[in-house]
Amino acid sequence: MILALTASLYVIVAVLLVVAARRRDGTARRALDFTKTDFLHLLPRLVLGVIGAGFLARLLPQDAVLALIGPDSGFRGLLTASLAGALTPGGPVVGFALGSAALKSGAGLPQVMAFVTAWSLFALNRMLMWELPLTPAWFVRLRIIVSLPVPLLVAGAVMLLR
Amino acid sequence: MAGPGRGGIDWSFRIVAVLSIGGAATVFIREGSHVFFEVLFEDTLLFLEIVPKVLAGTLIGALIRLLVSKETIAATLGAGSGLRGLGIATLAGILIPAGPFTVFPLSAALLVAGADAGAAAAFVSAWLLLGLNRAIVWEVPFFGLDFVGLRMLVSAPMPILLGFAARAAFGRLVAEHSAEGRAE
Repeated sequence: MILALTASLYVIVAVLLVVAARRRDGTARRALDFTKTDFLHLLPRLVLGVIGAGFLARLLPQDAVLALIGPDSGFRGLLTASLAGALTPGGPVVGFALGSAALKSGAGLPQVMAFVTAWSLFALNRMLMWELPLTPAWFVRLRIIVSLPVPLLVAGAVMLLR
Repeated sequence: MAGPGRGGIDWSFRIVAVLSIGGAATVFIREGSHVFFEVLFEDTLLFLEIVPKVLAGTLIGALIRLLVSKETIAATLGAGSGLRGLGIATLAGILIPAGPFTVFPLSAALLVAGADAGAAAAFVSAWLLLGLNRAIVWEVPFFGLDFVGLRMLVSAPMPILLGFAARAAFGRLVAEHSAEGRAE
């Protein structure tokens, strides 16, 4: 299944490359240049993120994780998890790595859902580094305000479905 | 990649670096070299699983950036696009295989080009919550398909709901502004 997902990504790559090459204006070459820069930028982050995740999972104090965001931590656990998600640094790896580590250490499923959702929507440093410089501040504020209940809604829906 | 915000201090990278190296060192000291190499081996397998996807993701992102003009996307999401506009914005957010350096400027471009705050909010939220590229490349290797599928399922209505909420909030913002304008 996971192999099929990867394969489908490369099918998309192939189609797009053909479209780009048929333009005959150097689009394909520029795309490959962009890719090289982006990939070299990501690679060290990936190495550190993935490898760090394993070690952090090993170190997460299971008692504390259980008490704070365990399956029996209730509404307060959801709030704690949401807050932790918003404060976790952005970038593609950190939130997923910490979330899966917490899950392995005994955190509750709805709590981890709230954590991942809050991290996706609010990660502070992504907001400061990318969103605020690149989009109007009034819109960022608007988006944040309407999104505030979402981590709790997602966690609630997970509880109902299970 | 040349984008605003690059070149300065990359705090998230530093935080990750400190956490990772500190974590590895702590495991080595507290639990010994056997556990250390065991964890390192598992991590390396995970890394090898992720790398080809990251490469594909960067390729797709670069190609889309060059092939689809921001203008084309903005035109599809013009003001007054109703539920359909929010739906298209959500779908675009789900499908766009791009990073923040593409998505946030695009959302700003949408706003400037006359797409409403609702469409822009739906687009950004869909990318953040349901982005397929990120889910496949990053989330599935860490959590597995069951977790990601369930999270996607319960999050699916959120971008449209947020789009409507943003529209309503934006309407009130405008009303307040024009009320202030009349009072002056």
